[in-house]
Amino acid sequence: MRKMRSIALGVALVAGTFTASSVMAATTLKNVKQKGHLQCGVTTGLPGFSQPDEKGNWTGIDVDTCRAVAAAIFGDAGAVEFTPLTAKERFTALQSGEIDMLSRNTTWTLTRDASLGLNFAGVNYYDGQGFLINKGIGVDDATQLDGATICIQAGTTTELNLSDYFRAKGMKFKPIVFDTSEQTVQGFAAGRCDVLTSDRSQLAALRSKLSDPNSAKILPNTISKEPLGPVVRQGDDQWFNIVKWVLFTQINAEELGVTSANADDMLKSDNPGIQRLLGTDGDMGAKLGLPADFGHKVVKLVGNYGEMYDRNVGPDTPLALDRGINALWTEGGIMYAPPVR
Amino acid sequence: MKQQRIDAGPAGPVPWYDPRVRSLFFQAIAIALVFWGGWVLVDNTLSNMESRGISTGFGFLNKTAGFGIIMNLVPYDATMSYGRTFWVGLTNTLLVSAMGVVTATILGFIIGVARLSSNWLVARMALVYIEVIRNIPLLLQIFFWYFAVLRNLPSPRQSLDVGGILFLNNRGLYLPGPMPQEGFGIVWGGILLAIAAVVGIRIRARKRQLATGQIFPAFRVGLAILVFVPVVSFLVAGRPLEWDLPVLRGFNFGGGITIIPELAALWIALSLYTASFIAEIVRSGILSVSKGQTEASRALGLPNGLTLRLVVIPQAMRVIIPPLTSQYLNLVKNSSLATAIGYPDLVAVFMGTTLNQTGQAVEVVAITMAVYLTISLLISLFMNIYNRAVAIKER
Repeated sequence: MRKMRSIALGVALVAGTFTASSVMAATTLKNVKQKGHLQCGVTTGLPGFSQPDEKGNWTGIDVDTCRAVAAAIFGDAGAVEFTPLTAKERFTALQSGEIDMLSRNTTWTLTRDASLGLNFAGVNYYDGQGFLINKGIGVDDATQLDGATICIQAGTTTELNLSDYFRAKGMKFKPIVFDTSEQTVQGFAAGRCDVLTSDRSQLAALRSKLSDPNSAKILPNTISKEPLGPVVRQGDDQWFNIVKWVLFTQINAEELGVTSANADDMLKSDNPGIQRLLGTDGDMGAKLGLPADFGHKVVKLVGNYGEMYDRNVGPDTPLALDRGINALWTEGGIMYAPPVR
Repeated sequence: MKQQRIDAGPAGPVPWYDPRVRSLFFQAIAIALVFWGGWVLVDNTLSNMESRGISTGFGFLNKTAGFGIIMNLVPYDATMSYGRTFWVGLTNTLLVSAMGVVTATILGFIIGVARLSSNWLVARMALVYIEVIRNIPLLLQIFFWYFAVLRNLPSPRQSLDVGGILFLNNRGLYLPGPMPQEGFGIVWGGILLAIAAVVGIRIRARKRQLATGQIFPAFRVGLAILVFVPVVSFLVAGRPLEWDLPVLRGFNFGGGITIIPELAALWIALSLYTASFIAEIVRSGILSVSKGQTEASRALGLPNGLTLRLVVIPQAMRVIIPPLTSQYLNLVKNSSLATAIGYPDLVAVFMGTTLNQTGQAVEVVAITMAVYLTISLLISLFMNIYNRAVAIKER
């Protein structure tokens, strides 16, 4: 089944390039406006990042990143259609033009940035790889994992990090590679592996899917840097800038204290930074090819970065993740956006 | 003759009214169009991928892969190249396919014959098996064998232990691994000698039967030689074999040979599923042999077993082989469902992890498709050769 999907995408890539010259000429922004909606690639279901509820509404921090772009273009956060993709399919889907942007828990690496024909448009979550382990095994630290059998999801940077980490420590392991995170948890629950490895933000969510979440614990070790963010195709700088600056707008809004609740009142603010952000002063929108009030729309309809974080993965959600390094730079974190100027 | 006279006529047809010239002309155009279409497709793909900044070419095959694979028949570790991951995946695919083909064939023949049994219970049980198995999607059966069966096996520390040699747990079946010591060459020599002797005896026995009609018990004698000669050479060489026993170390058993549950689940599911189709093919083949053949064989005094072996099956094979080939092809292609349960076959390793790490979808998908095409064509080729050997030869 997955094979069929991958082949279909491969064929789409070839067929797409067959007629591509005309598509290339038109910009992504024009295409999106013509379609009337943004086509956004997300996960097949990962709580806190992109997950459909029982009514088919998608929620999550990656989903909100897409909604913010739609709000900036159309003034309507609902003008998005989501394409669920496995880790293996995601880049091909973006390269072939099946989706306009990819917001799918994707780690920014040199290879991906430089050789896939893609551009990373920023970071909406700073993550790191960790381990989930059964409490019964009696291991408290990742350095005690020599010889362990480890469940991983296919097509992720985790596969490489894991290999590097064990090699550097001179330890051996047996990888069991599954296609989706759902199957990975099932394999872990069935006892096929001692350890499940993934980004730390996911471990909490995956742990909550176990029949007895208290039987497993997350080891304290973080073995890699995983900056996650939205991705666009290379060669369309306007679109790249739009996705990048919509995310920066949300981060700047948090820094300036603009929220979805007070966005309308803030229109009357005489702080020049807020005026430029919300479009009451300057022509920031026009420079990006967006409406002048795009910043106001993004913050009002989707919220600033902090709201987006708290709503989806923050302490009051089932994931209960502290802001940690994802806090603003003014509050001890590393979330930092260039100025709107 | 009449045609020739017209051609040679004084007026002669203008070339574009000549049917042969015309047909050649249009065929040439058709071929040129096909080639042009292919060239445009390749050229456009390459140039568009370049303009989008996507890496192309097969250079990635020499780069370090850097990820682990749980099962490898060819030597592999994370420091080896992406090209090597291709061979690891390919050999794993071939292994499960070959195992599946053998067991599916044996099981399919048994069930197919059982389906025609005069014993009501046996025939009905075969019928139920076929109808249940072939009507459930294969992917579900793979999941069933993997998750339903796996959950019921104990963890490594509570392994089922057979005499301290065999261990079964949810990480797999652990067997002792043979480790040939110095002097094992003598044993190999003994084995080769025994095989040569058996072949020689069979040929001579056949000749003698054709010449004199006397039957030589070649099977029993051959079996005795096959056991006796290697055992003697093993003792003569001073028992040059040690066993690597699986031992529980830390998390898992180490040492020995491991059959991972992914392989077992995939093998069982593929075998059972394909066997149900092969059984129906075998039944149709046997039913296609006319009743007169069986009656004639009985009239000659051949017992039931010999009738089946010498008269019915050889004729049934002519009907069985072509659809059997399709089943083998299906089995090989179905083995790519391995990716769903984490068995590291070609699709899971090469078109999965390698594709994703390198991002070179077009190349990787093309290589993978070419490999499946090659495997399938080779199977077809061998089955066609065999088919020609058993087909009716008109003399």
